[in-house]
Amino acid sequence: MATTITPEAVEKVVFDALPQFGADPSEVSREATFEDLDVDSLDLAELSQIIEDEFGVQLKGDDVGKIKTVGDAIDLVVSRAG
Amino acid sequence: MARPEGAVALVTGASKGIGAAIAKALGADGWQVAVNYRSDDVGAKATVAAIEGSGGHAVALAGDVANGTPDKLFTDAEEQLGGPVLALVNNAGVRADNLAIQIDDEDWDAVLNTNLSAAFRLTRRSLKPMLKARYGRIVNVASVVGPRANAGQANYAAAKAGLIGLTKTISHEVARRGITVNAVAPGFIETDMTKDLLDDVVKAIPARRAGQPEEVAAAVRFLASDDAAYVTGTTLFVDGGMSA
Repeated sequence: MATTITPEAVEKVVFDALPQFGADPSEVSREATFEDLDVDSLDLAELSQIIEDEFGVQLKGDDVGKIKTVGDAIDLVVSRAG
Repeated sequence: MARPEGAVALVTGASKGIGAAIAKALGADGWQVAVNYRSDDVGAKATVAAIEGSGGHAVALAGDVANGTPDKLFTDAEEQLGGPVLALVNNAGVRADNLAIQIDDEDWDAVLNTNLSAAFRLTRRSLKPMLKARYGRIVNVASVVGPRANAGQANYAAAKAGLIGLTKTISHEVARRGITVNAVAPGFIETDMTKDLLDDVVKAIPARRAGQPEEVAAAVRFLASDDAAYVTGTTLFVDGGMSA
């Protein structure tokens, strides 16, 4: 059930998911840091599950530790899909 | 938050003994129950029949938790019962008792693998539906011999003590998502696994009797209930006073 993996598709899924972790939708952008959005490691672990279910791309714990901005997360998913 | 409609409880090692009693108690409390068993399909089917006979819903799912990934157990449970797995009772356990100097690597690995590592793998997998639902109940069946010495059970004691550590740490990770993680620590309970031990031990139990599987099941039923939403990271001893 993997959705086609384009940067736009990944961005949509990530942007739509972040408010459910408490992020202010008006502050969500590629440049925003997860720290600024108050999104912590448990939230990112859940986001990884959502990404895996949607795109079939698995993000490991180490990957998640390195991403700082929303853009980092989107780019990582797109690069893993290749 | 109340338990979502159609929620499934997966109980490992539920063909007999404590596991079967737990499965029945959860079924009576309104959970749909996935009764996992390794090889005793007669026992598992009897557990399912008892639950269904009392108006509940249950299925028997074969699988040795010590081997392979738990994915199939979860997908089968969810497909056959039509609901998300939102309770996991890690009950499957084996013993291979000996003094430490005589426990070989195979007996050490077997007990750690089934009693601790499998519980972790199942827990990790259960967090997927539980995080999505913002609701979960994980109950690990530990033992009084986790925190308390019992010569001749170094492997079992290590696994059960490990289960208690696992319970505490994971409880902190997921508490704010409405997922509780607790352990029960049975003392000496009358089951197949303990029938060769009981006579010597009863004298050391303040209650002067072994416990019954239903008494452990009642504790698990509470921890899995909506009433226990503020109970997490704890170990509930069901041991007739032995550990106090």
